[in-house]
Amino acid sequence: MSDPSESRPAEGKNDSATAADSGRTGISRRGFLKGAGLTAAGTALLDGVQAFSSEAPGASTHGVTELGPGPVPVRLHVNGAEHTVQIEPRTTLAEALRMHLGMTGTKVVCDRGVCSGCTFWLDKMPVNSCMTLAIDAVGHNVTTIEGISSEGEIHPLQAAFVKHDAMQCGFCTPGMVMSCAALLERNPHPSEHDVRHAISGNLCRCGTYPKIFAATLDVAGVTRNA
Amino acid sequence: MNNRVVEDALLQQSAVAPTKKTVQMPIGVPGYTLTEESREVPVTEPPVWPINKDLKYVGQSVERYDGQAKVSGRARYTSDVQLPGMLYAKFVNAPMPHAKVVSIDTSAAEKYPGVRGVHVIQHVLGNAVLRNPALDAVKYPVVRYAGQPVAAVAATTPAAAEEAAALVKVRYEAIPFVVDEIKARATDAPKVFPGAADEEGSAGGGGGPSDVRQTGNIHGPSIHRHGEIAQGFKDADVVVEGRYVTQVQTHSALETHGVVADWKPELLTVWASTQGTASVREELAGFFKIPLTQVRVITEFMGGGFGAKFGAGNPGVVAAALSNKTGAPVRLMLDREEEHLSVGNRPSSDQTLRIGAKQDGTITAIHLVAYGTAGCGTGAGCSGPASNLYKTAALHTEESDVFINAGPASAMRAPGHPQGAFALEQTIDELAVKLNMEPIDLRDKTDEHPVRRVERQVVRDSDLWKSRNPVAGASQGPVKRGVGMAQSVWYRFVSMSSSAEVRIYKDGSLEVLSAVQDIGSGVKTVMAQILAEQFGVPPAQIAVKVGDTHYPEGPNSGGSMTTLSLTPAVRDAAWQASQMFLSDIAPALGTTSDDLVLVDGEVRSRSGKFAPISFRRAAAKMATSQIAVQAKRIPDYDPKKYLTYGGIDVAEVEVDTELGRIHVRRVLSVHDCGRPMNPAQVISQINGGIIQGISYTLLENRLLDPIYGLMVNPDLEQYKIIGAREIPDIDVRLVEAYIGQSSTDASGIGEAAGVVSIGAAIGNAVYNAIGVRIRQTPMTPAVVLAALRAPAPGKELA
Ligand code: FES
Ligand code: FES
Repeated sequence: MSDPSESRPAEGKNDSATAADSGRTGISRRGFLKGAGLTAAGTALLDGVQAFSSEAPGASTHGVTELGPGPVPVRLHVNGAEHTVQIEPRTTLAEALRMHLGMTGTKVVCDRGVCSGCTFWLDKMPVNSCMTLAIDAVGHNVTTIEGISSEGEIHPLQAAFVKHDAMQCGFCTPGMVMSCAALLERNPHPSEHDVRHAISGNLCRCGTYPKIFAATLDVAGVTRNA
Repeated sequence: MNNRVVEDALLQQSAVAPTKKTVQMPIGVPGYTLTEESREVPVTEPPVWPINKDLKYVGQSVERYDGQAKVSGRARYTSDVQLPGMLYAKFVNAPMPHAKVVSIDTSAAEKYPGVRGVHVIQHVLGNAVLRNPALDAVKYPVVRYAGQPVAAVAATTPAAAEEAAALVKVRYEAIPFVVDEIKARATDAPKVFPGAADEEGSAGGGGGPSDVRQTGNIHGPSIHRHGEIAQGFKDADVVVEGRYVTQVQTHSALETHGVVADWKPELLTVWASTQGTASVREELAGFFKIPLTQVRVITEFMGGGFGAKFGAGNPGVVAAALSNKTGAPVRLMLDREEEHLSVGNRPSSDQTLRIGAKQDGTITAIHLVAYGTAGCGTGAGCSGPASNLYKTAALHTEESDVFINAGPASAMRAPGHPQGAFALEQTIDELAVKLNMEPIDLRDKTDEHPVRRVERQVVRDSDLWKSRNPVAGASQGPVKRGVGMAQSVWYRFVSMSSSAEVRIYKDGSLEVLSAVQDIGSGVKTVMAQILAEQFGVPPAQIAVKVGDTHYPEGPNSGGSMTTLSLTPAVRDAAWQASQMFLSDIAPALGTTSDDLVLVDGEVRSRSGKFAPISFRRAAAKMATSQIAVQAKRIPDYDPKKYLTYGGIDVAEVEVDTELGRIHVRRVLSVHDCGRPMNPAQVISQINGGIIQGISYTLLENRLLDPIYGLMVNPDLEQYKIIGAREIPDIDVRLVEAYIGQSSTDASGIGEAAGVVSIGAAIGNAVYNAIGVRIRQTPMTPAVVLAALRAPAPGKELA
């Protein structure tokens, strides 16, 4: 997939400037997506979008297809279910989840890839959804905090978070759970060092870290010597 | 009935029924100083609870009431609220630090696709206000900091709002500005305000005194004194003095400030990310001149406040105005940059502290002169620790706010105290060195607080303290180890606007309601525990409804007031409801209410008149569908006693003398908060205070560029906050300290928790490690290396 950090400039403040003077500046959202936004891998993903597009795809130049700037239908596979949303191509996955699918468990805190409050799993990999365009998630399994429990049973890690009181305000908690659960998926018996590493990008302003370490190690069958 | 008859009836009543009873209450610290004292309390008060070990649910680490909702993503915060037809609003913010707004042209924005309304701000909230408003004779509020909101746009999508906001044409006339707080003190510095200006104190403790003089940008000093300060220094054998400088910290709660406002003709409903549903309602009703009954504020979940979230503020009133204008619900959540710039911070400090003492450690004089900036607000005072921790024959404090062109400060977790304790507790440490006394012994000599005395004993007995080498800089090699301690203090504030309603339903379900908000401290859990204790049923069976001004009044969550203010009302309501319930069902059970007890989910007969029946079956015998009792907080039983509490933090650090890096390895945190209602939740708060405090001491810093007057790090990557890899091992020891003040005898912990004293503890540990005292925060590697390079005799930062 495309490097999310590269595609980010299309989303932020720069975008409002270009939208304001559409056609006068060098870059528009449309041009941006056409030019820089989609790498080779991204173009492959685009097929999943096109198949659903009600608009005729834009003229193909240099073998790249334009989408947007208006809403296009995008099919996302979230927590085991198919969803089709009408979104502008510049929509981040975080926005698509929160505003279009009503899945507000995923939090947006910094909106620029610094805090991991918006962590979801792209297949099994923890990724920041604020830094991922929704169209880049096409063709992948998206798992959110709402989806990691199975059939009403909460995930053992979620239970451990409750048991250890690994939360205060709870705003960072979904992201923390997603990062720590992803760690346990790839390493069922992590050390405390591994846990610290796994959430080194997750910010908690209430300072719940010690209990997050304890909860994660508890699930891993390791007792934290505190 | 005429008045005479009423008076007679009242007289008779009071003659028959006494209004007070005398009870014996546990006082002191179990295992150390536990004793009993008698208190005169209203007869309506419930029986005195024993200490925690003899209770079943209260005082236990009961699972957080909303833990499951939080870990599953179900918890709905203000920023998650979505209403049909909801619009998204975006502020237009001033791009420069000081300016007059000449004109605002909203026409292009209004025409932008998706835009439904544009609002031009006429009253900006948060900034200090001129005593003589005529000095600002302008059409629009003067811009006093970069990032001050000027207007706002509401549109059908966030993107449209943001794009349209960029089309609002504002013409500014720049005014000379100052963002450097030292330069701002000069008489020829650009003035932030053309005359004297004040910021009223807020619910959370922000704002400052308004009865002080103002000279240029210096608002103050506010002077407090007792005893003869000159004589105090004359009487001293030893005097220590130092200048301590602390930076501005921003709250950086993960959920930004914001609301969803839905203005309907009969009711304005506002979902708010707030520490005070009541404070938001009051400000909105006052601002729009509508009755309180026409405003409802809801806070189901709240993503962190730390003191900055009181009142409706600019986002609240602007969203409400836009909702009124557009007829649609409006969401206005700040973005991360706005959060740093415009909604509060912890003021800086520049303190010169001088302490005189006798050879035996008796303090004879404490003299503090402090400046600090709260931006274009006030509230940088930091004399709390110097005034309240130690006994001194003479005290003199002078505190001044220095206005600069930056966003107004607000209350932040123990306002003024981390700054004040950073100076005071390092100075006391320095005094101990000069007097050749153990830091703990010196404090034993001069700190009379009975609970901190116990806490010092806990520290003294700890392995961490025992491992401290009293000789500073003794460890070998480039990485030096040190251990230091510091004390904290906070105060008992009671909000009398604290009520709760307890309901028993005929199906046996139990419910407690209050407008109070749970900001993460866990008050919901504690409320459930209290009902569980009273009714003898597990806490999980209690329904807790909070965060809605439709419920009985709740306290604002500031100043560590929530638990101690509200829980007695909850218990009183639960007790009275349980008594009513027993009277109600006794006849059906063939007995009287005093024969009945509620225990282990059952109703039992003391005399064995009937076999125990479940609470649920007993409730079915209620005469009506529900029993509901509302109770209000009554004053503390003995308000003159034990007015402060606090704790002690001990830090172990490693200082890399080659790289300048300070690593906090371990922390021992010994704290009291009256009766700990839920130890796990209290420990969570203390962990949080410690971690925030370390972050403040070592990393965080709001940086303003002096040339453009802009904040250069209004984000979460350049504004450095501690992360998982730097978290030390934290060992929290809770000291149960019964004080006999209410039916729950709870106190608060949010402020005293670590954040006050950890900075000084680190400072003292660094001194212990390297023999050099660092009197400045954040203690970055550059600061440490500069301190190490300072010439030998000074060996210290000026
Ligand atoms: S919101 Fe995505 S990383 Fe912060
Ligand atoms: S629990 Fe509040 S930010 Fe982590």
